Amino acid sequence: MIDLDAEALCEALIAQMRPQVSPETALVGIHTGGVWLARRLHQALKLTTPLGAIDVSFYRDDFQSKGLHPRPQRTQIPFAMEGAEVIIVDDVLYTGRTTRAALNELFDYGRPARVELAVLIDRGGRELPICARYCAHTLPAPLPASQRLELTCDEADKLSLRLLDA
Amino acid sequence: MHNPQLNKHGELQHLLTLDGLPREILNAILDTAAPFTEVAEREVKKVPLLRGKSIFNLFFENSTRTRTTFEIAAKRLSADVVNLNISTSSAAKGESLLDTVDNLCAMQADMFVVRHAASGAPFLIARHLQEQDRDDIHVINAGDGRHAHPTQGLLDMYTIRHFKGDFTGLTVAIVGDVLHSRVARSQISALTTLGVPEVRVIGPKTLLPTDVERMGVRVFHDMREGLRDVDVVMMLRLQNERMSGALLPSPQEFYKVWGLTADKLALARPDAIVMHPGPMNRGVEIDSAVADGAQAVILPQVTFGIAVRMAVMSMLAS
Repeated sequence: MIDLDAEALCEALIAQMRPQVSPETALVGIHTGGVWLARRLHQALKLTTPLGAIDVSFYRDDFQSKGLHPRPQRTQIPFAMEGAEVIIVDDVLYTGRTTRAALNELFDYGRPARVELAVLIDRGGRELPICARYCAHTLPAPLPASQRLELTCDEADKLSLRLLDA
Repeated sequence: MHNPQLNKHGELQHLLTLDGLPREILNAILDTAAPFTEVAEREVKKVPLLRGKSIFNLFFENSTRTRTTFEIAAKRLSADVVNLNISTSSAAKGESLLDTVDNLCAMQADMFVVRHAASGAPFLIARHLQEQDRDDIHVINAGDGRHAHPTQGLLDMYTIRHFKGDFTGLTVAIVGDVLHSRVARSQISALTTLGVPEVRVIGPKTLLPTDVERMGVRVFHDMREGLRDVDVVMMLRLQNERMSGALLPSPQEFYKVWGLTADKLALARPDAIVMHPGPMNRGVEIDSAVADGAQAVILPQVTFGIAVRMAVMSMLAS
């Protein structure tokens, strides 16, 4: 049974992260779901470093086969990357390729002291040696490739997760 | 209607002209360019999108700004760039344009950026590639004769959108030597496609094409009248090198009547922006005080040009 209560997962993630972060910890959300989630975490954890947002379209490894994402968003890193303690935030962890692209992009801004990963849900199916330090829920069995999990955010900033056919 | 720039899926295969390109494609290019502007602000000004691609800058006509910005754009996308200085190359020894292209294809070119004094030269290359079934190779027109300069038109649109937000309420004036200007043709095409309700061209009869009204513009032969209440002033360079015969008495005379000075600019809206594609002839089409003034956005145009060319190159290659 898949627990799709995104709000409850978000609270669980905050509880996991709270004892580990300091106010200087920098969060970088991956567009689009990760940015919504990072905004919530940033507020709840009372972090002082401004929130970053990253769009990995220019760093994806499937550009040759799939081409450029139709509407890439602006990457914004409003803090000094050199020596920063960074947590990359994404909604769903799957193959790990998006995380790899985000890591590559972050390093083009400087050399962070440490990079960790926080996700709402780990759906399994990793294709790279990547693991989230903070994860609110890990599916007991990997989700089949024919399905995808989608995070949405309504006008009141309420998060919801849906299971869709890919 | 068949558009030789689009592939069978309606996506850009080449960028040869802005004529006939739908508004959605123009907007997609401008939207894609926006995140590329940020790449220049990083410690490492490079993204890996076109890693391993070979881009040939084929410039059969002099250019500094356009060639340099194309080169920077390609390098910031991690492509390998080869600049061919045609005046010292085989063309000077008599090699034909298409033989040059075939030779570069044999060197595994992925993209050609072409500037040529003859209108249509980039089309000729694109058609030749199609005949050879080389739809993996892309052509970008970097200015052909009097015909088109699509990336200049696009970077101008990006600049207008950046400073004005939207196209649908604007009055835009294009001033000067429209007759010899490929830039003006691309600008008019893009402005009308993007829904600018009033596009004006201002210039002496001898420097405006006959039937220019058919491009959907209002014609003014009085600069003061034409500049009244415009939101955007797009100056053109007086193209001495393309002129044959006596179309003008003298550059000084041109400046007196058609040069953009502060008192003429005062007739435009107070928040009007002043654009110029460069290179500027100060004291001919534009006064130094205006070119360096608060309303000029001429240097931002150059910066945006890199992002727009990055967007075009990555969209073609994808």
